[in-house]
Amino acid sequence: MNLLIELKEGLAIAWSAIRANKLRSVLTTLGIVIGIVTVTLMGTAIAGLNSAFLKAISSIGADVLFVMREDWSGPDTEDEWRKIQKRPRLTVEQAAELERNLTLAAAVTPVAFDQRTIKFGKRSADGVRIVGSTEQLLQTGGVGIGDGRFLSAAEAEGGRPVCVIGSMVATNLFPRESPLGQKIVIGQQPFEVIGVLEKQGDIFGQFDNQAIIPLRQMMAGFQHTHDLEVVEIKVKDVTNLENAREELHSVMRRVRRLAPGDPDDFSINQQEEILAKVHKITAIIGGIGLFITGLSLFVGGIGIMNIMFVSVTERTREIGIRKAIGAKRRTILLQFLVEAATICLIGGAIGLGIAWPVTLVLQQYMPASLSPTVVSLAVLVSLLTGLVSGFVPAWRAARMNPVDALRNE
Amino acid sequence: MPLIRFHKISRRYQMGAETIHALREVSLEIERGEYVAIMGPSGSGKSTMMNLIGCLDTPTGGEYELNGVQVSQMDDNQLAEIRNREIGFIFQTFNLLPRSDALRNVELPLIYSGMPAQERRQVALEALSNVGLADRIHHRPNELSGGQRQRVAVARALVNRPSIILADEPTGNLDTKTGAEILALFSQLSRQGNTLIVVTHEEDVAKHARRILRIRDGLIASDERVGQGQETRSADQMAVGA
Repeated sequence: MNLLIELKEGLAIAWSAIRANKLRSVLTTLGIVIGIVTVTLMGTAIAGLNSAFLKAISSIGADVLFVMREDWSGPDTEDEWRKIQKRPRLTVEQAAELERNLTLAAAVTPVAFDQRTIKFGKRSADGVRIVGSTEQLLQTGGVGIGDGRFLSAAEAEGGRPVCVIGSMVATNLFPRESPLGQKIVIGQQPFEVIGVLEKQGDIFGQFDNQAIIPLRQMMAGFQHTHDLEVVEIKVKDVTNLENAREELHSVMRRVRRLAPGDPDDFSINQQEEILAKVHKITAIIGGIGLFITGLSLFVGGIGIMNIMFVSVTERTREIGIRKAIGAKRRTILLQFLVEAATICLIGGAIGLGIAWPVTLVLQQYMPASLSPTVVSLAVLVSLLTGLVSGFVPAWRAARMNPVDALRNE
Repeated sequence: MPLIRFHKISRRYQMGAETIHALREVSLEIERGEYVAIMGPSGSGKSTMMNLIGCLDTPTGGEYELNGVQVSQMDDNQLAEIRNREIGFIFQTFNLLPRSDALRNVELPLIYSGMPAQERRQVALEALSNVGLADRIHHRPNELSGGQRQRVAVARALVNRPSIILADEPTGNLDTKTGAEILALFSQLSRQGNTLIVVTHEEDVAKHARRILRIRDGLIASDERVGQGQETRSADQMAVGA
């Protein structure tokens, strides 16, 4: 008797057994359904989170280096953190010196940050990130213009009170009218809106909830110092990134007047570092999340094993009859394995059927997607759960002695 | 070559500290086409004998040759194959699968022997019509009378054309009339050349056979051949029987 016929026969038997014990099958399946739903949703959420992180990071650009006081890989100890806090700040002058000396850079953008409320008439937007920078930010900052235009070199130089606002700010302050040409008030000062940034739609919302103003306006109007948060350097040739980084490092040491042997009092960051860190974090979150939700699937699997033991005991006589008539061990084993796997696969299918619309709802609030990978993984996991939890009961059935099994009442 | 050859077959069971000798070095030969009744009181070892003949169990001693094949040393799976090919079982409690209809029950041995679905259905239909149930093929066991159920069981036993039809108290759960019908069916099968072995404790059933084996305390107490198996013979005629 070949395997295909056995499988087909096993399926037929499994189906009739499942139908014969409807309530029991439903309850058992429920355990698997819950397990698959939670695991799938967790997988979906993790995948969504991951892709959102990646999207946010990739908008930064792989060919941009970030000179900062802090290192993105983060301080390992509190001591290190304190040392970093003691590093002198970057200044506008240092940025200008960098720009003069770098040969491998396409753009050098000084950036300062602040946080303010923006008002337009009666409407206001709270906690908007105010970015003071130059026209070069368009090249290094991973931003694009959706409407209007970006700062011009002259505006950045002259410090005219103009601004480019993020899409979220635009929709909050100007629900109906076009923001272009309107005067908004940042802090206490009026700024004319000349452009709106492209919608980024990232999970942090940091790019959509910002307003970019000329660096000079920032220095004069908000912070009264020449401190910068970061200097962004776009390299001319991304394949030459390592050399550009080397050059930047040595020029930066000169700019900071460091003697040979002094430790760096700045850090050069790039996308890869933050990617590595994000991967590490999402792997941990994902691992913990899947483990916890996996527990519910495990409980479902125990339910299957339990019910399969009951099923085997109940059908001892049937097993005896089948064996007397010529069923081999393998045939019986397969019959019960197929039954357990069928229950689990049905559970998995129902679970996916529930998880899919839930994912669609989730998409309204967070990036989530039910990827084919997650779907096939869920099917595989439910199949595996059935096979694993069905094996011991099936093995017990397969090894039954036909004489004893037939005598069973 | 005899169909069944028992050579000093023993079967011991371990019941806690006690060893039970269900069969003690029994030797026996049964030829193709015989109609044999195995009789004995409960605990005599007749069930053990039936299980051994039917390859449901293996002896703890001795040799069993079935159809020229040594089966006493076979493993589980080989025995399953032998049962499928060589033995057709008929049980007192019918032992049909309750959730399957008559046709599927009869198809079962064919499924295990790997017959293709279409041919399988044909053969099973024929077997069912041979026992007069052509119009009941889609009835489940609980929709059939006792006699009909046993006919389904007979059809199932015959469907693989086995060497032996092994019946264990086949009329035990039937009323006298349907029991007689089943026995008439057995006689007919015997006339058609089938080998029948019936285990029973009822003289009325045994008298249909042409050879009666009486088991007592794990030994063959008597081995008696009776004419056409129609009339009962008294004890003093036993010696001349055959």
